Amino acid sequence: MHEGNAVKTKNDFVRIKKGLKFQPLLLLTNYKHCVIIVFELILIRNDFMYRIIRKAILNPTVTLMEIEAPLAAKKAEPGQFIILRTDKNGERIPLTIADFDRVRGTITIIYQIVGATTEKLNYKNKGDYIEDLTGPLGIPSKTDGLKKVAVVGGGVGCAIAYPIAKKLHANGVCVHSIIGFRSRELVILEDEFSEASDMLCIMTDDGSYGEKGLVTTALKSLIEKGEVYDEVIAIGPLVMMKFVSALTKEYGIKTTVSMNPIMIDGTGMCGCCRITVGGEIKFACVDGPDFDGHKVDFDEAIKRGSIYRKIERAAHEKVCNLYQNINED
Amino acid sequence: MANMSPEKNEVRCQEPSERIKNFDEVAYGYDVETAVSEAERCLNCKNKPCVDGCPVNIDIPAFIGKIKQREFVAAYKIIRESSSLPAVCGRVCPQEKQCEERCVRGKKGEPVGIGRLERFADTFYSSRPESFKTPELPESNGHKAAVIGSGPAGLSCAGELIRMGYSVTVFEALHVAGGVLVYGIPEFRLPKTIVQREIYRLMNLGVTIETNTVIGKTFSIGDLFENGFKAVFIGSGAGLPNFMGIKGENLNGVYSANEFLTRINLMKAQQEDSDTPIMPVKNIAVVGGGNVAMDAARCAKRLGAENVYIIYRRSENEMPARKEEVLHAKEEGIIFKFLTNPAEITDGGDFSVNGVKCVEMELGEPDESGRRSPVPIEGSEFILEADSVIIAVGTSPNPLIRDTTEGIKTNGRGCFITDENCRTSIEGIYAGGDAVTGAATVILAMGEGKKAAKAMDEYIRGNITI
Ligand SMILES: Cc1cc2nc3c(=O)[nH]c(=O)nc-3n(C[C@H](O)[C@H](O)[C@H](O)COP(=O)(O)OP(=O)(O)OC[C@H]3O[C@@H](n4cnc5c(N)ncnc54)[C@H](O)[C@@H]3O)c2cc1C
Ligand code: SF4
Ligand code: FES
Repeated sequence: MHEGNAVKTKNDFVRIKKGLKFQPLLLLTNYKHCVIIVFELILIRNDFMYRIIRKAILNPTVTLMEIEAPLAAKKAEPGQFIILRTDKNGERIPLTIADFDRVRGTITIIYQIVGATTEKLNYKNKGDYIEDLTGPLGIPSKTDGLKKVAVVGGGVGCAIAYPIAKKLHANGVCVHSIIGFRSRELVILEDEFSEASDMLCIMTDDGSYGEKGLVTTALKSLIEKGEVYDEVIAIGPLVMMKFVSALTKEYGIKTTVSMNPIMIDGTGMCGCCRITVGGEIKFACVDGPDFDGHKVDFDEAIKRGSIYRKIERAAHEKVCNLYQNINED
Repeated sequence: MANMSPEKNEVRCQEPSERIKNFDEVAYGYDVETAVSEAERCLNCKNKPCVDGCPVNIDIPAFIGKIKQREFVAAYKIIRESSSLPAVCGRVCPQEKQCEERCVRGKKGEPVGIGRLERFADTFYSSRPESFKTPELPESNGHKAAVIGSGPAGLSCAGELIRMGYSVTVFEALHVAGGVLVYGIPEFRLPKTIVQREIYRLMNLGVTIETNTVIGKTFSIGDLFENGFKAVFIGSGAGLPNFMGIKGENLNGVYSANEFLTRINLMKAQQEDSDTPIMPVKNIAVVGGGNVAMDAARCAKRLGAENVYIIYRRSENEMPARKEEVLHAKEEGIIFKFLTNPAEITDGGDFSVNGVKCVEMELGEPDESGRRSPVPIEGSEFILEADSVIIAVGTSPNPLIRDTTEGIKTNGRGCFITDENCRTSIEGIYAGGDAVTGAATVILAMGEGKKAAKAMDEYIRGNITI
């Protein structure tokens, strides 16, 4: 994140408008045609904008993409997310900003292939374009006044935890990172975390790498050993955040979790991202995504998260078959 | 000689049994002869009571007079002087509470079909080649003005400003422009090509529309001023859905109306080639009595729901929805449960809805709004079987701008506070539409956008001469 020497473009609002010519439209008398052409012009414009400039496979199911999105990059802060649509029939999905480069005007996303949209996204390569990208959204993670922090990441959640660890570390905060994965081949961002942490502890469920066990085991033993944290930041699967929060509650350590529910607009318009925090309804997209882990109703969030799972799986298979057929043809 | 028929000319509609299987527009609109015949019902009253009922004071008898004389383009132009979106307003305005409520003909029989005539004038004009000509614009004055939100408030403000010679940019958070007109109001009531056409006209005039741009996040209002915009109009609407705070509201299968409608209208979830999912439902209960509730219920019907209920806590007379929509909803087999209030949404065991526990109500004393407020009848609880519930009990403005713009004043409901010239508490920032009034109507939002444009123009010009 090259914060200091961010170049200020002369005018942020001058975007690439090649191919936008309205005059010929005036000759058309059938407005339906005009509408279609306008639609297409809008598409053309977007085509110039969100280009994938790097793609890296981090593990068999997790991929990194660096995308040109100068406006989002300019304002991005750790903890925020973007919403993207892969193509014109695509759904809007939220993805956390894993890194950003204000100079290059890019943001990095890291995603796990879980459904039709991430599958489609994954078929895009370097040089391809993303249809729509909006952001940065959500409230940035609060890092002020912290001196010593435990950052706990689980699975692909490490992608969200990493920029926060990086920022804290850069601000001189003592960072202890505990990152957990199912097994060795799923480990991601090890080098990045080790650079951004004063201490790094890697856990795997099967013990094939690092220590065997859950992130909560490691966190508990650190606390028991006498480490005193101002805050624990836990980001990963809901179940993991639930257990980390339960543990830290016992010790009375302030805990922040990052919620990642289903979203559509990301601007507070649909309410499908709602979660219960301290007995109140909150919208993760505008009130979060960070919340007090001791107040979040994780059980409800877990049940709400399962709503589209069946449909998702079917859609995912459909996309896979589609691409398979294309490849075979 | 005036047409003295006590009834409006009927408008042809798709048959209810057919239209519940598609999303095509329900009402076809008048043809030329019917429109002229309807126009002839107008008495061209001297004191023009209908005009007072119109929030933007369209010169109604004048445009109807032009239809009588078969000068349809001239009729359109008269409407256009006061309204930026005739095609939209003709279709969605609650005419029975505005112009048509005051119409003299309504005293004995039905009022003149002003809304239908407005729609007709637009349809006629829009099919003419001249509607594609770029009108003469004044020379650019070199000043930039920003508009936030592309709903009716933003679009009309942008349209006015560009006609005054400003260079105008509209910033829209979503990936398409149009606000509620595209994500909320369904295709069968307001075809999306019509909204696109209005937006196309604006772009053709030179308005730049930046989609995927959230003000308060992608840019702050401060950034806009820094980038040379001389004045800013906030038309960000009131999109944030309210919930009731009853038990079971977060169960799977409970949607806000906005979520349900957005999945359908914006994301086209009902279409085969769309990636956005929507759950199939059999019995669906919609809570609320406004246009939003009607739209959600009728969309549910079109998605194949067998039983669609509307649960409303007051009686039919108090329902804020457009009369025509209520009528259409009834024709389509929507079941209305008036004077009924939901007390709880019940869990079928796997965190999904299996019913709504309701209480019957009776009307008590009139409240401050003059409507008789409902009070529960003891012991009247019953369970309505439903596998999905849609909550349509109102919306408020989102916090994106108010939380990121220091010093901007809002009221208890989060609406921007403005004076009669749409000025907010910060110099150079104007606001209008649902963002100021809370959820209201298209015509009010449009009128405010227009008024704000005038005030912004005066402000910018005032600043230059100094
Ligand atoms: C389902 C439904 C049916 C309705 N039916 C009728 C009807 O029949 N008749 C009628 O008169 N009225 C109806 N209404 C109400 C009417 O649509 C609204 O009053 C009107 O659209 C308000 O216009 P607006 O321009 O103020 O806001 P909106 O139309 O809400 O537009 C606001 C726009 O601003 C965008 N935005 C919000 N925040 C930001 C930000 N920070 N940065 C950038 N963009 C932002 C939003 O995405 C949105 O596109 C209906 C409303 C709904 C939801
Ligand atoms: S009140 Fe009715 S009859 Fe009189 S001018 Fe208006 S529309 Fe015509
Ligand atoms: S994603 Fe729609 S309100 Fe949060």
